Formats: sequence, structure tokens, C-alpha cells
Amino acid sequence: MTVNTSRRGFLKGAAAAAAVLYVGVRPTGPVAASTAASHINPFVKIASDGSVTAIVKHFEKGQGPATGLSTLIAEELNLRMDQINYAFAPSNPQLYANLAFGQFQGTGGSTAMANSYMQYRQAGAAAREMLLQSAANAWGVEASSLTMSEGVISGAGNSAPMGEFVEAAAALDAPAEPKLKDAAEFTLIGNPDVRRIDSKIKTDGSALFGMDIFLPNQMVAMIARPESRGGLAVSFDDSGAQGIKGYIRAAILPNKAGVAVYAENTWAAMQARDALSVEWDTSAAEKRSSDEIKAEIMAALDAAPTYNVNKSDQAATQAALDGAAQVVEQTFYFPLLAHAPMEPINCTIEATADGGIRLHDGAQMPTGPHFAYTQIFDLPFEKIEINTLLTGGSFGRRVTPEADYQVEAALAFVMTDRSRPVKLVWSREDDLRGGYYRPAFGHKVRVGLDADGNIVGWDHRIAGQSIMKGTAFESFAVHDGVDHSSVEGAADSPYQIPGAFFGLTDVEKATSTLWWRAVGHTHTAYVMEVMMDMAAKAAGQDPVAFRLAHLQGDGADQTRLRGVLELAAEKAGWGAAPAGRAQGVAIHKSFGSFVAEVAEISGNANDGVKIEKVTCAVDCGVAVNPDIIKAQMEGGIGYGIGHNMRDQITLTEGAVDQYNFPDYEPLRISDIAAIDVHIVASTEAPTGVGEPGTPPAAPALANAIAAASGTVHVGVLPMDENGVSFV
Amino acid sequence: MALTLKLNGKTHEVEAEPGTPLLWVIRDELQMTGTKFGCGVASCGACTVHIDGVPARSCQTYIEDVADAEITTIEAMSEDKIGAAVQQAWVELDVVQCGYCQSGQIMSAVGLLAENPKPSAQEIDDYMNGNACRCATYQRIRAGIQRASEILEA
Repeated sequence: MTVNTSRRGFLKGAAAAAAVLYVGVRPTGPVAASTAASHINPFVKIASDGSVTAIVKHFEKGQGPATGLSTLIAEELNLRMDQINYAFAPSNPQLYANLAFGQFQGTGGSTAMANSYMQYRQAGAAAREMLLQSAANAWGVEASSLTMSEGVISGAGNSAPMGEFVEAAAALDAPAEPKLKDAAEFTLIGNPDVRRIDSKIKTDGSALFGMDIFLPNQMVAMIARPESRGGLAVSFDDSGAQGIKGYIRAAILPNKAGVAVYAENTWAAMQARDALSVEWDTSAAEKRSSDEIKAEIMAALDAAPTYNVNKSDQAATQAALDGAAQVVEQTFYFPLLAHAPMEPINCTIEATADGGIRLHDGAQMPTGPHFAYTQIFDLPFEKIEINTLLTGGSFGRRVTPEADYQVEAALAFVMTDRSRPVKLVWSREDDLRGGYYRPAFGHKVRVGLDADGNIVGWDHRIAGQSIMKGTAFESFAVHDGVDHSSVEGAADSPYQIPGAFFGLTDVEKATSTLWWRAVGHTHTAYVMEVMMDMAAKAAGQDPVAFRLAHLQGDGADQTRLRGVLELAAEKAGWGAAPAGRAQGVAIHKSFGSFVAEVAEISGNANDGVKIEKVTCAVDCGVAVNPDIIKAQMEGGIGYGIGHNMRDQITLTEGAVDQYNFPDYEPLRISDIAAIDVHIVASTEAPTGVGEPGTPPAAPALANAIAAASGTVHVGVLPMDENGVSFV
Repeated sequence: MALTLKLNGKTHEVEAEPGTPLLWVIRDELQMTGTKFGCGVASCGACTVHIDGVPARSCQTYIEDVADAEITTIEAMSEDKIGAAVQQAWVELDVVQCGYCQSGQIMSAVGLLAENPKPSAQEIDDYMNGNACRCATYQRIRAGIQRASEILEA
């Protein structure tokens, strides 16, 4: 566990009139007790009627923190899951920082459970101890003689609902080091029968997403954007929009990046935007095509790399390859990919009665737009409020270093008299063409094998578009020129590879690049795992045995990777596929978790591949909500496979060629017949689950396709445009 | 223009121009938000409603074409025998992740079970293929439909 909890104090406070007990852990350390609820960093709120609310500091895009963090509180309070509800935390990085991000409140890098596990358990345990002490005081008995279960405190001949003691508990000092439950006492953590806390509202239509906000008198704003990134609005003619009922007006954004079209409702805004004629200054606009970007990347792979990532001896690697019995070589290309979350981008902004600003947003990293708004509106931090709502997916899109869409909404808002709330709505076309993509990358790898099939050298060139350079995250993620997100999963692979060299060359961005579910691992895992498969084949060895041979010893990474590989192989019936089926395996460590996947297919690349089954084994430390972990693996596998099967974003003279889902076909229900997930039992600290299922999925499929066809490993993606047909 | 819409058993007077998609009347005029906007081109199924009991994409249904129809949305599914079974199965199996597409998934699943009470996996895939889920909850959607079928049979 990287989070040091021993130095954190507990705070409590009370809103006496409402008799509500708040308990929380302040991430920056002990602070004097306060009675002001807003100052005490509440993670758990208990009302005198006994109702309990977990205050969730991470946003919910389906990955499960609303359930997960509620589970931690309920566990330590000995509640049933139906006795706890949740609410999203307000934007306040002092109180709700992601402990993995420093003073930033936000969700990403599959950190929600990892950074919250001890924090929320301690909050729940502290609340439990305070309630028990209050009951003990009231009854004149020792707190140790009392227990609390399912909302009732009992012992020493007494019994009463815990809500009766909330007011008294709020007046107590919070324990500095509350005693956490022993894992043997857990009834909820690790319980596969615990259900999602948000399933009902997401099946009866009542769940409120950002898109579902309707404030009194609100306008809808949509933005007319240039065809390619960097174009600037010069003028517009809205005569065609004047007759559209509900159209209000249009205005060029202060940064000229587009024209805001204001309307009474969404449909009017869409029609009016279509009817708008805009003159663009394209002199600074991107004019390159994706073919040119690809050519530049591929050329960079054959030139001397800019960075020697691990500062290793490149000449020694070359010598090892020169002396190898055989060299296996493959070139790879990964195209731009859109995130395409199901809910198109949106947020709603309004002026508050006290002169502040309120943003309603499925805010993935509220601190970003919060700071941006202090600048745009020239307001102090506390005058800006962010109401975090459910969001219909993100996959990385709902947080950009520039807080792009929240800033766009603010610019649209400042062009009005601010008397009416403005709801910014993106269409699917805006989303696919909106300029934030998984960057294009190329890899070229040469692997040398000795006569016994052992790896003796590994020369690995990577070229692509840095995500972090030029952003506020540069100092955090870029070291000695190397953007870690360009090489993660390759240059730091747990495989024991002698004579390894990793070279990186940055290629200029032609469009905005952004983290996309699993970030650099989306391409590095594919390359590492296809190369290991090709090397195993060249060595005449079984792919599972070959991987195990390069994961020797007692190291934690090697041990845990072997664990998932062996479990997945066993559960998949590795090597014993039914007639007409072929299998491929891939393993990968990302976001602290270890995942192995075996893809089983029928058919072949020429006649059509059918994905019959994907078997997955995951080791993510303590499995807090096993069924959510399984769901994240299922979804991560689908996300990895779907895009690599058939999706890419291409540019023609700077303009995105794709418009809507028919051009960027999502994974469909018929694409994968079955997914079977197994969790390795572990007592290690919890690690990520939102992203780690994605990286091994596509290489497992590629390896299965190669096994079926006997030769081809797909190097250029997407698969269906590079020699693989699917049925 | 003023229009009458029969939705979830109630008659609504709404203001909408001809050519307005039913989706935006449901969402923006009636402010019933269970029906979702996902693509606007009938390619994702998030906006699926029932028109006279049959699933339809409301983003490509013009308001003037449904003046005499009975429209049903996710908000009324708990009162529908099949709808309630599907919702129960969805909660039992925790089908949802982000949840944004699930109203449409459920509306399609109810349509499937209404015409085929015991669909095979292949029949489910064929029928549900137009409903995209970017979280890829498909395996649980398949299981959820089969579970709903069992609930209805019991």
C-alpha cells in the first residue's frame, strides 16, 4: 500500500441542528477539529434517522466507485449494502484529492479503489467507534461491551438504533487511529454477491446523467467547429437559421475556435448549427493527412531514435542480434482512435445567486475546470461549484489537460448576459471529429534467439505522438525527454529480456492526443505480446511455456504474472482447444494489476474469424467487489478487441474522415460469443481494474489468428483492413 | 405547432415543429430523460422506445408520424410484465456499467422477448446487434435476456 495512513488524523464535526455526523480523513494530516461541516472532509455522513451516505470522491463512469467506496464504509460500519446510499463529493481538492495525484481531485489511471481503500475504511471505522462510544456513554457501560450491526447498537442488556447516538457522537473527538476490521471479519469486501448500488436507477430510466440536466430557463449551445484543428472563425451568416423555431442567436467564441449557436432546445440548436454558414481562417489549421503521419512515424522507426529510454547499451544489443542464431522482426502501426463514450460530451453552466458559477458535469477531474473557471470568470476558488453527475462513459475523454469542453461551455456562457443557464451539447459527430485521440504509434522490434530458443537480444524502436508533452502534466510524466506514457508497458516490462534496447522518437502531433483507456499500454502490450508469440514460434516452444521461461524467480511482478498466466491457461484449457478452434494468449501488467487473457477463435483470417471465447485471469490485489472486477475485465476486453478489429480515425488534409458510428463501428453483441473471468485471490493492496483488462485483449486475439492461419501476425491495425476478415 | 402525443398511457399536449424527432420531444419538451441521445442516426439504439409495442429508434422517428400511436418509454417498463422481468434480471446480474445505453437495451430486449419468449444466444445476438454498448456489457445483456425469459416462464 503506497498510501501512508498512519500520519493522517481524523476529524469530525456536526451540523447540530440536523444532527448529522460527518467523518473523514484529511489527506494532508491532522487539522484542528471544526464544527463547520464544510471544513471536515466528510467521507461518511450519518443522519439521526440512521441513514448513511458515502461521499464518493471519484466520478462514476460505470467502473464502480460509487459501489466500491460505499462498500468500504458499509463494511466498517457493519451495515448491509441496502442500508447505505452515496453522493458525489463537491469539487474541493483540499479535501477530496486523489492521493495518487497530489493536490488534484480526479479519477484516472485506474486509481479510484487503490487510493481510497484505506481512507474510506478508516472513515467508516472512525464513525463506528464514535457511535459506539456515544452509546456507551449514554448507557454507562464500556464501549468494548457493545457491538454495532445493521444499524443497531447492542450489548450489556441494551439495544437501540445507531441514529439515536449521532448527535452525541458528533460532539466527540474522532479517534486518531480507529481499529479496522480484520479481513476475516469481512462480509462485504470480497463478497461476490454484493450488487452495484446504481443498478436500479440505471434500469428504470431515473439515473441522471449530465445530458439529463434541465435547469429553469436554460439554453442549449452547440458549437460550429472548423473542419480541421486550428481553424479560426472569421465571420458567420445565420440568415438560414433565422427561420428555425427556437433559434436564439449565434456568436463567435472569444478564442475564435468556433461559433456558439444558442437555441431554446437541442433540436433547434442542431438545425440552426447546420443552417449556419461560417467563414474560417484556415491558415493555421492542420493540413496533414493521416497517411503522412503514418509515413513520418514509419520513417522514424528506421532512423536513429532520439531517446535511449533505459540508457542501455545499444551497441551491445546490436552485437547480440548479430550473434543470434535467428532474428524475429516485426513492424507495427497503431492508428488514431476516438474514445466515443456513449454519452456525447456535455455540461451545463449557470450563475449562482451569490455571484458565483455552478457547473453541472460528469466531471472526471473537477480540479481542472475549477481552476480554469477561476481564471475565466475571475472568481475565487470558493465561488465556483461543481455538481458531479453520472456520466455515460469516458475511457479518458472526459478529462483533458485543457479542460476543453468545460472551457468551451464557459466561453459560450460569457458571450451571454448570464441570466440563463447554458447547456453545452456535443453531437456524435462533434465527438468523433472533435480532436482528442489515442495517438498514432509505430513500433519496430527485432528479437534475437540463440540456438536453444532463448532470447539474447531485443531491439525495440517506438515512434509516435507524445500525450503529455506541451501539457500541464509534462513535468509529472516526462523525464529526460521521454514521455513515460509512450513507452510504459514495453520499456518497463516484467519480462526478463537480456540485451534489451528501447529507443523512442517523438513525432509531431497532427491533432490533439489524449489518454485512452490504458494509455500507452494500448500499443505496447500488443507489441510485446505479439513479439513474444512470434519468438516462441521461432524457438519452437509453446507460447505459455515460453512466457513462463522469461518470468523466472521470486520477484513480485514475475510471480504474479505467472500466477495469472497459469490460471488463465488452466481455465481456458490451453493447448486442448476443440477441433476447428485456435487459441492465443497474452499477458500484461498495467496500473498495478496483472492480467492474462486467452482468446479462442474459430475460422481463420481469410474465411472469417469468429471470437468464440476470451478467458481472463486478473490479480488486482484485494478484490473489493469481485463482480464489478469481472465486469471491468469483460468491458476492458471488449474495448480492446472492438477497436483493434475495425476502428481507426483518419485525416484527409487535417479533417477527420469519420462522422458517426457507421464510420467508427462499435463492438457489437455478436462480436464476442463468451467471456470468462477469474480472479486470483490476493491479500495485496487493491490495484486498478478499469484499464488493465484492455491491453492483453487484442494481442491475444492476434495470436489466436496467427495460430489459426499458421503464419500471419497482424502488425498494422485495425485488423479488418490488414488481412483479417471477421464473421 | 401543437401536437397530441400518447405516451405511457397518458395524453400530452406538446409544441413541436413537423420533422422534429420524437427523441427530442420526449427529452426536451416532456423532460423525460430515460430515453437517451447517443448518435442521432439510428446506429446505437440508445434512443429506443416502443411505438405500438414495437421497438423503434426515436431519433429517426418524426413527431408527425406518431400522432395516433401509443408510445412507451423506459419509465413505464416496470408496469409491463416483460419489462419488469427484464429490469429484475438486469439488477440481479448487474448488467449495467455506465448505464447510458441501458434504457435502449432494455426496450429492445423487451421487444425481443415479446416476439420470442425463449430466444437462443444467436437469436439474441441477431436482434440486439443494433444496440451499442461502449462499456461492452454484452455478455451480461445476453445473460440478462435469458434470465428474464426464465423469470417470465416461472
